Amino acid sequence: MSVPQPQDGTPILELRGVDKHFGAIQVLHGVDLKVYPGQVTALVGDNGAGKSTLIKSIAGIHPIDGGQLLFEGKPVTVTGPRDSAALGIEVVYQDLALADNLDVVQNMFLGRERTKGILLDEASMEQAARDTLAKLSVRTLKSVRQLVSSLSGGQRQTVAIAKAVLWESKVVILDEPTAALGVAQTRQVLDLVRRLADTGHAVVFISHNMVDVFEVSDRIAALYLGRMAADVPISEVDRTRVVELITTGRSGDLGIEPAAVAEVGA
Amino acid sequence: MTSNTVSASTVEPGGAPSGFEADKGPDSVGAAVRGYVDKIRGGDLGALPAVLGIVVLTVLFYALRPETFLTPLNLTNLLVQAAPITLLAMGLVFVLLLGDIDLSAGVVSGVCAAVSAQLLAEQGVSWWVAILAALITGLVIGLVTGTLVGLIGIPSFVVTLALFLGLQGVTLRIIGQGGTVPIREPVIRGLTNEYVPVTGGWILAAVVVLLYAALQLNRWRVQRARGLASAPLGIVIARIAVIAVVTVVITAILSADRALSAAVELKGIPYAIPVVVVLLLVLTFVAGRTTFGRHVYAVGGNSEAARRAGINVTRIRILVFGLSSTMAAVSGLVAAARLSSVTPGSGGGNTLLYAVGAAVIGGTSLFGGRGRVRDAVLGGLVIAIIANGLGLLQVSAYLNFIITGGVLLLAATVDALARRRAAAAPR
Ligand SMILES: Nc1ncnc2c1ncn2[C@@H]1O[C@H](COP(=O)(O)OP(=O)(O)O)[C@@H](O)[C@H]1O
Ligand SMILES: [Mg+2]
Repeated sequence: MSVPQPQDGTPILELRGVDKHFGAIQVLHGVDLKVYPGQVTALVGDNGAGKSTLIKSIAGIHPIDGGQLLFEGKPVTVTGPRDSAALGIEVVYQDLALADNLDVVQNMFLGRERTKGILLDEASMEQAARDTLAKLSVRTLKSVRQLVSSLSGGQRQTVAIAKAVLWESKVVILDEPTAALGVAQTRQVLDLVRRLADTGHAVVFISHNMVDVFEVSDRIAALYLGRMAADVPISEVDRTRVVELITTGRSGDLGIEPAAVAEVGA
Repeated sequence: MTSNTVSASTVEPGGAPSGFEADKGPDSVGAAVRGYVDKIRGGDLGALPAVLGIVVLTVLFYALRPETFLTPLNLTNLLVQAAPITLLAMGLVFVLLLGDIDLSAGVVSGVCAAVSAQLLAEQGVSWWVAILAALITGLVIGLVTGTLVGLIGIPSFVVTLALFLGLQGVTLRIIGQGGTVPIREPVIRGLTNEYVPVTGGWILAAVVVLLYAALQLNRWRVQRARGLASAPLGIVIARIAVIAVVTVVITAILSADRALSAAVELKGIPYAIPVVVVLLLVLTFVAGRTTFGRHVYAVGGNSEAARRAGINVTRIRILVFGLSSTMAAVSGLVAAARLSSVTPGSGGGNTLLYAVGAAVIGGTSLFGGRGRVRDAVLGGLVIAIIANGLGLLQVSAYLNFIITGGVLLLAATVDALARRRAAAAPR
């Protein structure tokens, strides 16, 4: 784990009272979250707690209905994926979001292709993609011109992550990046998560694996039924308390008010 | 990247491959051929079915009609027959790439031709006004279709089915019941009834081959120089050779005297052929080398991924339908030139079936995301050979319909099976 950064510094990304509805169903209830540069923030919560919805809201896929998004201390509006990308927020989605019929390079630059005049600058894109993959110590790809449909699950995950770090990003969000991976590949992703933070990125890491979470994270944010139960430095909690927060929304002095829990549970 | 650069720190165990072997592998034609075989095994048949179809059907019809099928006159007819099918199919390739369908493409070609013919006949406008009017009509219809599909979210199959019916009414209104508007204007008629002088034809052929060779070799050179993935030189040269041979053979056939009587001379490339070639080059370029083309493939492959990548999926859809219907207008003009007239039935009947068949036989998938503009040319040739050959055999109309419909079903079956195979391929 890296040297803890001052927690009172300005968070690079801050959510205040974020609400999100899908039709009549409210999925996020006044969620607060602070994400700091150089730190890994683990976002945990049971299935259906709203983790993926939360990060899709940040990314502009499902723009927020209420509350505020602050980037580097200033309020911002994110209404589409281009807005979040322009701020320097990159997301690796749980369902990866790669186009199977395109090759690795084409996927990594999708929506942000480099051009020379009206023509695609394939040479420079291929070079940059190759460099990024090499930096991530990706050794298993036969060719960067392989179609994504021919890749294994782990290789796809790597491409999705490489796509996110290719850009001059400040915040990298990874939604359950290790869920489908084997032991060796999980190791690589965890190392990468740590390396990203150590090079100054703010990283949000979603995972169900408590061992992984405690290994790489500096802070932990626990969602319970769409409410933020706790957003604290990892040193303030242990595994038992995190599991309690995930399953009941409360643990000792942490968590949502008992009244709110009762209301949600009812 | 700036200071946020990620540095490599993971130490790989000794002997691990350094990655990207295939990209810097030996310049082996054998490996490239094996790669191609793997691709076909994996379900991506590419141009193979269409090329096989062209060869088999040519041999078949030559065996059945040795005196007439392979004559310069009939082959010229065949290519002119293929032109409107191919032009319509070129536009449809883009629609199919999105995973959509345009059932109205045929009747759009009819409406556009009718607008053009009526302007020429009633207003006496000059040829370029008539052509421009047809293209704009096509573009507007396409943009409306694209808006209904992309913005409102009506399935393309329903929107274009409605237009298929409605636009036939429009053509009928323009031309009048039982009417026929003849095309006498020399430039538009000339698309299929005038021929490039033989010397000019050979110059055009040489330009096409040299241009293709220069582009291919230059791309190979740049890729090699910068250490990028590239095909072996042998394969690049083989591709150029194939294009050169095909171009020379076709030019030679079209340059032979095909007049039935010795008293007159009839030779040269019909102007519609260079039109097809130029549009093939331009649209191939658009599909493969521009951001728009890349986004079309992305939307067809995974529209949610495209959306998350910040691509305006609605805009892509609207533009694609606009492009497709504009190509339908070009097709309608060539078809009108070929028949020297426009009727209320123009663009109806089997026009659409032929064009969709052409794209699918050429290798464009009905499921979106896979296809090329050249598929329209290869598939258009297959369809034209079938139509032409059955014509020479004088089979009954009913058999003609059944056979052509059967061929489309066969192509769609191959497409569906290839897709299943690709899905089942080991990861
Ligand atoms: N697009 C959507 N439309 C309607 N409901 C949704 C949508 N996406 C997610 N939900 C609902 O929101 C809740 C939270 O889902 P999600 O964010 O995927 O949870 P998690 O990622 O924490 O497992 C679930 O009840 C889910 O059914
Ligand atoms: Mg999730």
